[in-house]
Amino acid sequence: MNKIFMSGNHAFAESAIRAGCRCYFGYPITPQNELGEYMAANIRKAGGVFIQSESEIAAINMTIGSAATGTRVMTSSSSPGISLKQEGLSFLAGFELPAVIVNVMRGGPGLGNIAPAQGDYFQATRGGGHGDYRMPVFAPGTVQEIADITFLAFDVADKYRTPVMILGDGMMGQTKEPVVFPEPIGELPVKEWALRSMGDGPSKYLASLILDPAAMERHNWKLYRKYKEIERNEVRYESYMIDDADVVVIAYGTTARIAKSAIKRVRDDGIRAGLIRPITLWPFPKQILQELARKIKQFIVFEMSTGQMLEDVQLSILGKADISFYGRPGGVVPTPLELARYIYRECQNKKELDYET
Amino acid sequence: MKLKNEWPKHYKREVITHYCPGCGHGVVHRIVAELLEEMDLGKKTIGVNPAGCAVLAYKYFDFDMIEAAHGRGTALATGIKRSRPDLFVLSYQGDGDLAAIGTAETIHSASRGELFTVIFINNAVYGMTGGQMAPTTLKGQKTTTSPDGRNPKYEGYPLHITDIVATFPGVAYAERVAIKSPASIIKAKKAIKNAFQTQVDGLGYSIIEVLSACPTNWKMSPVDSMKWINDVLEKEFPLGVLTDKRKGNS
Amino acid sequence: MDKIKKKECKVIVKSENCKGCYLCVEFCKPGALKVSKNLNKMGYYYVEPNEEKSCNGCTACAIVCPDLVIEVYGE
Repeated sequence: MNKIFMSGNHAFAESAIRAGCRCYFGYPITPQNELGEYMAANIRKAGGVFIQSESEIAAINMTIGSAATGTRVMTSSSSPGISLKQEGLSFLAGFELPAVIVNVMRGGPGLGNIAPAQGDYFQATRGGGHGDYRMPVFAPGTVQEIADITFLAFDVADKYRTPVMILGDGMMGQTKEPVVFPEPIGELPVKEWALRSMGDGPSKYLASLILDPAAMERHNWKLYRKYKEIERNEVRYESYMIDDADVVVIAYGTTARIAKSAIKRVRDDGIRAGLIRPITLWPFPKQILQELARKIKQFIVFEMSTGQMLEDVQLSILGKADISFYGRPGGVVPTPLELARYIYRECQNKKELDYET
Repeated sequence: MKLKNEWPKHYKREVITHYCPGCGHGVVHRIVAELLEEMDLGKKTIGVNPAGCAVLAYKYFDFDMIEAAHGRGTALATGIKRSRPDLFVLSYQGDGDLAAIGTAETIHSASRGELFTVIFINNAVYGMTGGQMAPTTLKGQKTTTSPDGRNPKYEGYPLHITDIVATFPGVAYAERVAIKSPASIIKAKKAIKNAFQTQVDGLGYSIIEVLSACPTNWKMSPVDSMKWINDVLEKEFPLGVLTDKRKGNS
Repeated sequence: MDKIKKKECKVIVKSENCKGCYLCVEFCKPGALKVSKNLNKMGYYYVEPNEEKSCNGCTACAIVCPDLVIEVYGE
C-alpha cells in the first residue's frame, strides 16, 4: 500500500469509504468543508450516496434514517453545526443506531471563529444532547491516526450499536501528512436488527418513545450496561516518555503534538516529563492516570480551552497528585516553547514548595 | 353472506388506538393499510411516524416503521430511501410537524424530488399537546394559544405548504383531500393510491394533504366536525389535485 | 307470483371497541344503526344495529368508522 500525502479532512472521508461507509450527509461549514467535498467527488464511485442537506439538523436525521436500514453512514460538521446535531445524537443513542459523526472543532462559543480549538470537549463527552446517554469519542493525533481511527470508529459503532464521534480540530483537518490507508473492507455482516421491510416475516419498529417509566428505566439501564462494557473494552491512549517521568502532561489531538515537542525541549533541560495522550476521550483513560498518580505527584493538563478535559483528569486522580492547567482558548494555537516554559516553571515551583515543606 | 370489509393485513388485528372518538387518523391509517395490501407494497415498506398524535402509529400499522424527531420525518425518509431505493417509503406527518418545525425538511425533500410519499394530516391545530395554534390554523379560529381567534395582525396567516411544494419540478403528485363523508373518504383513498403509484413508478415526490377532524380540540362533536371541514376548513384549503405529472397528466 | 328476493345484508358492531363517535349512525342512509343505552368497558355509549331498520350493505358505516369496529356482511 502506497503512502499518500493528504489532509486530515480528506483522510476522514477516504477512510470512511474504505470502511464501507455508503451514505454521507452534511452541510458546509469551515473548517471541515474538504471532508464533504471529498465525499461528493468519491463516494458515488463506491456505489454510495452523497447529499448536501439543507441543514445540519436534516443531515443528522438523514443519518438516522440511513443507519436504521443497516447502512454504514457518516455525517460531519464543525462546532456550531455539531450543536445543531445534538437532538439527533440523542435519538441515535435512544434508538441504538450506529453512525460516525466527525467534529472538526473551531473557536467558540457562538459563531466563534474558524481557528482550531478544543472547546467542545464537554459537549462531546458529556452528551450534548438530552437524556441519559454516553457516546464513544475518539481524538486522533495525526492524519495517519485519522485514517486508522475512522476505520475503527465504524466497527465500534456497529459492535455496540451506538453513535461514535471523532473529535478533530481545524489544524488537524487542514494539516497534510503522508498516510497509509487500510485496505477497503469487504462484505459486512448483516445487521439483524436493521429495518429491511417485513417481507414474509413479522414487522419491526424503532422507537425512542417509551411512555411507561418502568420500561424507560429498563431501557436506560440496558444502555448503562452497554456503556460499562464500552468503558471496559474500548479505552485507548498513548504513553510517551512515561517510564522515568516525574511530571506527566495530559493532552489530546493537536495539543498532544505540541506537548511532545515541549517535552523534548524540557528534557534537554533535565526535566523528566512524559505524556499521556487519551485517544478515547470517552471512555476516558482513568485507570492509567490512577496508576501513575501512585508514584508521580505532578500532572499538567494542556488544552486549547479554558480547562475541560481537566475535570476528567481531576476525577481520575481524585486529589492524589497535584494537577495544574495550561490552556489557550478561542482559536489561539499555543507554541511548544510556551508550553515548555510552563512545564519548566511548574516544576521549579513544585521543587521550591517541596523544599519548604 | 360474506364479509365485505376484511380487516386490512397491514393493520394490527383488533387494535384499539389511543385516538379520540371521531379522529381522522384512524380512517387514514385504515386507508393506508388497505392500499399497501391492495397494491402489494406493505411487505417492502418502511414507514416513518412523527412526533405528534400519530407517534404511536407503529403500534397500529403492521409494516416496518421508525419514529422521527418532531419535524424530521422527511429527512429520515430521505436517508431510508437513498439507502434502500428498492423499498417503498412513507412519511406520515401532522401540520405542526410538517409545516412548522419541519418546514425546511418538507420544502427541501420536495425540492430534491425525493422518491417517497408524504401523508400530511392537516387538522389546523396541535392535537397531542392540547390544541395550540398550528401554522394551518384558520383566521379567527380559537385555539389555546390564540384564545381570541387567530388574528393575522399578531399571528399571521394559515400556511398553504402543499400548494407551495406542488409548484416544484421534483414534486410529481400533490392532492388535497378530506375525511368528512363516505364519498370523500373513497376519494382520499384514490388520491393516496395515485401518490403511492407515483412512488412505485419513480416519478418524483408525492404528497397528499388530508383535512382531518380533531373533534376534541375543535370542541365539537365528531358529526359537527365533519360539517366544519366541509363548510369552513375547505374554504381556506380547497380540495383537489395540485399537481399531477403522471403520464398523460403533465 | 314470486316475491322479489330482498338482498340479505347484516351489520355487526364490535361494541367493546366502539368509541361512540356516531359517524356511522350519521352516514347510514337506511338508519340501520343506533346508539345503545348501555356503556361499554371504555365508558362509551356504543353503537348497535337498529333492529327496526334493515342494512342495505353499502358499507358507508365501515368506511367512516375510525376504529374499524364495524363488519358488514352481504352478497
